[in-house]
Amino acid sequence: MPDPYDQRPHDERNSATELRPMDLATEEAEALERHEKATPARSLWGDAWYDLRRNPIFLVSAMLILFLIFIAIWPSAITSGSPYDCDLSYANQGSQSGHPFGFDNQGCDVYTRTVYGARASVMVGIFATLGAALVGTLLGGLAGFYGGWWDAILSRVTEVFFSIPILLGGLVFLSVVKSGSVWPVIGFIVLLGWPQVARIARGSVMTAKQNDYVQAARSLGAGNWRMMIRHVLPNAVAPIIVVATIALGTYIALEATLSFLGVGLKPPTVSWGIDISTASQRVRNSPHALLWPAGALSLTVLAFIMLGDAVRDALDPKLR
Amino acid sequence: MGRYIIRRLLQMIPVFIGTTFLIFFMVYALGDPVAAMFGDRAPDPAAAAQIRRDLNLDKPLWQQYLLYMGKIFTGDFGTSFNGRPVIELMREAWPITLRLALIAVFFEMVIGITLGVISGLRRGKAIDTAALIGTLIVISIPTFVTGYVLQYLFGVKWGIAKPTVSADATFSELLLPAIVLALVSLAYTTRLTRTSVGENARADYIRTAVAKGLPRRRITIRHLLRNSLIPVVTFLGIDIGNLMGGAIVTERIFNIQGVGYQLWQGILRQNAPTVVGFVTILVIVYLLANLLVDLLYAVLDPRIRLA
Repeated sequence: MPDPYDQRPHDERNSATELRPMDLATEEAEALERHEKATPARSLWGDAWYDLRRNPIFLVSAMLILFLIFIAIWPSAITSGSPYDCDLSYANQGSQSGHPFGFDNQGCDVYTRTVYGARASVMVGIFATLGAALVGTLLGGLAGFYGGWWDAILSRVTEVFFSIPILLGGLVFLSVVKSGSVWPVIGFIVLLGWPQVARIARGSVMTAKQNDYVQAARSLGAGNWRMMIRHVLPNAVAPIIVVATIALGTYIALEATLSFLGVGLKPPTVSWGIDISTASQRVRNSPHALLWPAGALSLTVLAFIMLGDAVRDALDPKLR
Repeated sequence: MGRYIIRRLLQMIPVFIGTTFLIFFMVYALGDPVAAMFGDRAPDPAAAAQIRRDLNLDKPLWQQYLLYMGKIFTGDFGTSFNGRPVIELMREAWPITLRLALIAVFFEMVIGITLGVISGLRRGKAIDTAALIGTLIVISIPTFVTGYVLQYLFGVKWGIAKPTVSADATFSELLLPAIVLALVSLAYTTRLTRTSVGENARADYIRTAVAKGLPRRRITIRHLLRNSLIPVVTFLGIDIGNLMGGAIVTERIFNIQGVGYQLWQGILRQNAPTVVGFVTILVIVYLLANLLVDLLYAVLDPRIRLA
């Protein structure tokens, strides 16, 4: 059990041998060496991967996500019709043979549209997260590494972005965009999402920079660039990955909310948010047209949040 | 304490300027408010130029911004493009949203913290697992989906609550929308409290308190809760801003004529004075909530001294 009141830094907590006098430790060190030969030492990543493979939550969510990515790339693998193939004479009809989810109020097949809707959500989630993580790591990492005026400016800038409610910013920013494709939405999420990553990256780079091995590398004459890439970044990236995975789920929900409000994706792009918005006007008579895309959306967000939780549990040394 | 507050207030100034300028830029520079006033018709060039001159829109952006800010500090938020003073819209909308947000925060605090403490103290038991799964599901369902589903179930199918809110927005009418608004944050509050309580329950001072023979109730409330609430209070403080921004969705579903409704109308019609005015107030509320959180730290944990 970790002791929350342990005053030592995290990296020293589990290395009790270091604190002992050398002569006492030699014998144990030999024993440790023999032990290590039997079970090869794992890095943080090896350890995390070992944990993840045994975590049922991770396995379930990873399979769900792989399935989603599969139908996002190749929706016609499990559907036969086109999402634009609508017949008004079927409008609002319930489930029937060949059309298990029924029809929406335009007479489109809800099943086909739900499957095709995965593409927009998955694309927004993955690309927005990649963008926000890259920009945030770069800016936050540099601020944490160099400190000084660059850090001061960045801290103020992140505060500015934090004080804009994200939905509101989305409404204002995207309402002037005429295109209904995924790219403006991705651009906007990166614009408002990077400060969150930057804040984490800054903190974890500052911690990693203090480590003895980084100071050792510096005294051996390593340049800033080499120190950053070889020593600081590999040891600072775990918290960034955790934040980014959890953010991915919330970005998908954000895209759907923006599309629901009419400023995110717009027809003819097929999106769960748009379909839910259209179906909400007829929820009293044909709730099925709302429930299927809403269920798919919630399941997707759930899968990504569970994945983020599992990754956090595996990567957070405090929980070991 | 006094000096700390003054320093924090001074630090807010650049953030306030940055945020309001960003919104100002988005509304005035990215959109074209004058063209929006004419709707689908092409504006008469002379009339458009006259309007631009009247509204200072022909000046450079930074000058427009300074003029606008100068007016705000005398209480003049300008006139909405449909002729009503923005301040009048605010007087109608803010009390409604404030009531909605306060009921939502009340639910978050009472239910979220209670659930969090219960599951944090019974880690690994059935109630803890149930709370974890329940909150996970609530977090993954977007607010607009919960909103429609609950509105359909409670308002239409079972007829327990009113599906839409009248212009008066009475307490009983706002109950269901407030629950919808609070749900996701409530789940986060529960999870945060649970983690924090779980960590602190193993601390030495808790063992001391148990050894002293204090009643459990007292240990939980006076010793454990007070030390566990700091991350929760931080979250709630930040969340007040999000709740008011997030009210756009809830207010649209339940037809509540609050801040979210006015903002939504303002953004759709590119009614620039309304949007910038409401957002400016939102930003001030957000910044003050953050200051309040920092002051609360010192109350909760006497080791934190503000200087």
